[in-house]
Amino acid sequence: MVDRRTTIKWVITVGTAWPLLGPRIAAAGPVEAWQGSSPAQGYGTDPDLLKAYKPGDVWPLTLTAAQQRLAGILSDLIMPADEHSPAASAVGVVDFIDEWVSAPYPNCRDTRSIVLSGFEWLDAESRRRFGKGFAAADAAGQTAICDDICDAARATPGRRDAARFFAVYRDLTAAAFYSSPVGRKDLGYIGNVPLEHFDGAPPELLKKLNLV
Amino acid sequence: MAYWTADEQQPAYDVIVVGSGAGGGQSAYTLCLEGAKVLMLEAGRRYTPWTETPMFQTPDQAPLGGVGTPQKPFGFYDATVDGGWQVPGEPYTQANGAVSDRRGSTGAHPQGGAESPFEWWRARMLGGRTNHWGRISLRNGPYDFKPRTRDGLGFDWPINYEDVAPYYDKVELLVGVYGSNEGLENTPNSPPGCLLPPPAPLVSDHLMRQRAKRLGIPLIPGHRAVLTRAQDYQDAPARLHPGNPQAQKLVRLAMLSRAPCLWATPCGRGCAVRANYQSTTVHLPPAMASGNLDITTDAMVYEVTLGPDGRANGVSFVDRTTGRQRHARARVVILAASACESVRILLNSRSTQFPDGLANSSGKLGRYLMDTVGSTVTGQIPLLESLPPLNEDAADGHQLYTPWWLYQEQLAGKLGFARGYHIELGGGKRMPGYDTAAGIEWLTDGSYGKKFKEDVRRYYGSFVGFDGRGEMIPNEHSYCEIDPVVKDKWGIPVLRFHWKWSEHETRQAAHMQRTFGDIIEAMGGRCHPPVQTDGARAIAPGGSIIHEVGGAIMGADPKKSVTNMWSQTWDVPNLFITDGAVFASNADKNPTLTIMALAWRASDHILERMRRKEL
Repeated sequence: MVDRRTTIKWVITVGTAWPLLGPRIAAAGPVEAWQGSSPAQGYGTDPDLLKAYKPGDVWPLTLTAAQQRLAGILSDLIMPADEHSPAASAVGVVDFIDEWVSAPYPNCRDTRSIVLSGFEWLDAESRRRFGKGFAAADAAGQTAICDDICDAARATPGRRDAARFFAVYRDLTAAAFYSSPVGRKDLGYIGNVPLEHFDGAPPELLKKLNLV
Repeated sequence: MAYWTADEQQPAYDVIVVGSGAGGGQSAYTLCLEGAKVLMLEAGRRYTPWTETPMFQTPDQAPLGGVGTPQKPFGFYDATVDGGWQVPGEPYTQANGAVSDRRGSTGAHPQGGAESPFEWWRARMLGGRTNHWGRISLRNGPYDFKPRTRDGLGFDWPINYEDVAPYYDKVELLVGVYGSNEGLENTPNSPPGCLLPPPAPLVSDHLMRQRAKRLGIPLIPGHRAVLTRAQDYQDAPARLHPGNPQAQKLVRLAMLSRAPCLWATPCGRGCAVRANYQSTTVHLPPAMASGNLDITTDAMVYEVTLGPDGRANGVSFVDRTTGRQRHARARVVILAASACESVRILLNSRSTQFPDGLANSSGKLGRYLMDTVGSTVTGQIPLLESLPPLNEDAADGHQLYTPWWLYQEQLAGKLGFARGYHIELGGGKRMPGYDTAAGIEWLTDGSYGKKFKEDVRRYYGSFVGFDGRGEMIPNEHSYCEIDPVVKDKWGIPVLRFHWKWSEHETRQAAHMQRTFGDIIEAMGGRCHPPVQTDGARAIAPGGSIIHEVGGAIMGADPKKSVTNMWSQTWDVPNLFITDGAVFASNADKNPTLTIMALAWRASDHILERMRRKEL
């Protein structure tokens, strides 16, 4: 049985314990070490870092068409289009998540188990309440289900696993969205360009914040 | 000069240097520029940062958005290749009998009291860990070389600050370190012209400095090995190599080949324009240009061999490309394979003369292993929410830091732990990615939909983090030895680790947590997760800060130490150690700058002795 706590903690630790120096955390967090049963597993310890990769380039994608459809619907419920940026599915989030849950690494395998169980739960819950699967339910029905599980702190005891799934899935959706050029633009990120000099914080902003 | 396979090496060299990181790179540089013929043996592969570094690659171009995996623990774009907490086929073991094939979880289980696991980071590549390190470059101060004199604990070094200061000067001048001179206690100034200007602070830095000051905690410019402007190629070479015009010329050319910082792309990826220090971009190019350095990569050294005269005559290594065992000869052998790997080589170099390992007549080889005490608190600051777009890539962090500021309170016994720590700060609008919006339910009440996107915009850039980096006192329970059973894939016996923190470390970690919580509160923010005041739970696992030093400590007494004040083993006069293994204490200051300063000093000593025909 997958230790869901561990998995979630991995995703979340990677996410928030040190949002500033990302790489550091992946190492400092509870990443179970792993020695692949065959060297062909994963991208290896010496991958080509200059190549641009797409989901499916390193290991095959494994979600079924129905799972991909459900993934897209759920991602767009979590991150719909607004006046600043398009919906999650429009920036490749489903392929990103497919790559993640298809990856050979132990934590990704654990996430896969949580995500696929969560998909099953969504379908079962939708059938119970509306007589049809989650993807076939109307937007109001889908939202009603998400409202029940979007906050683990408020979820009823019977929905706790589903709420944990939702938290993991929201993290995955956001990871995919904000890794994309669209996500960087949405947040107004203007770095990653060479500068001749670095001037630090703008004086007018410091003044406004009473930091002068 | 060049890269040579094991078949193409010269019959003999003046010096063999095992390892190519900070210690090995500095040793080879110093020796080669002064005319010695050097063979460098590196266990990993050849690595060329100017063609291999992913400088502006974005997370969408990496598998899994670039998140760390067991094969690339610090993220896909981290410079480290063929390295990590686990190296396939090269295990290490723990005292409880377990083969270390898993990482503990930081803060999830108590680390104090009983023996706990030690985690060993290795990088099997030319340049070793210098390719990805944090570049924080702090001088040890006068107290740090005489800690026992000051508080009765641990060991004094057989040298003092004044012995090392000229070498700190030279290393700073050569590799390029930014910083400032503030004249604070046990936080040495550098002579004029040594340091480059520090980068301007970010908005979050200004806020931290303002609020920490109210608590009596100083924030001053950090010190990192990053070129914030072009190096002084006209005057520095003569300061580094007086009376040696050839060396001056090579250093001048090397300095001209380095560009100043582009104020973009994380240093941990390495730097294709050589704006930061990596052994591969700073130490090795001029050493190779001298014509005096041969490098053989994929050469896994497992033994120092002895001649009939009781002197080292070379080393044996596995050529990883063929699996064959080879031997190389030299007048002097320098081990700089990293503290634990150098100890492993010596412990595996057994003979009738040295049945317990070479240079181990004291029985202290492998003893007094130390890491840095680490503990982290992160928080969210409403004052930093919804700021306008800002380019805060800067020089990749450490614009400001806090040196240990409670020396007098500590000496007066008011703190309950004997040694200090410095604070590394983080904040700003970093490049968005997998971590930007993860796990923020505690702020958003689990929002999704348009509200979630609004929330992420609001909170982006409002997170801050504080990392404590503190001194561990060497103890009898933290050491490594050869595992009697387990061997690596080359057949080389592996290390078995013993690890135990004392209350000096766990109480220090608890103090870090309380202090960082106070700063975050003074900034008007909230800590998440909450402050952990149980030090045994707050302290990061041994080895996880990757500042492991000791194992072959230097001292004044051959019965109590492995090397003398010149990093020369007491037992074998032509065998030296120039990595962190010789550290007799592990000040809160990150060890790399001191490793380089001591390597330069030891290499100068070797050159002098060779000129006198003593070696």
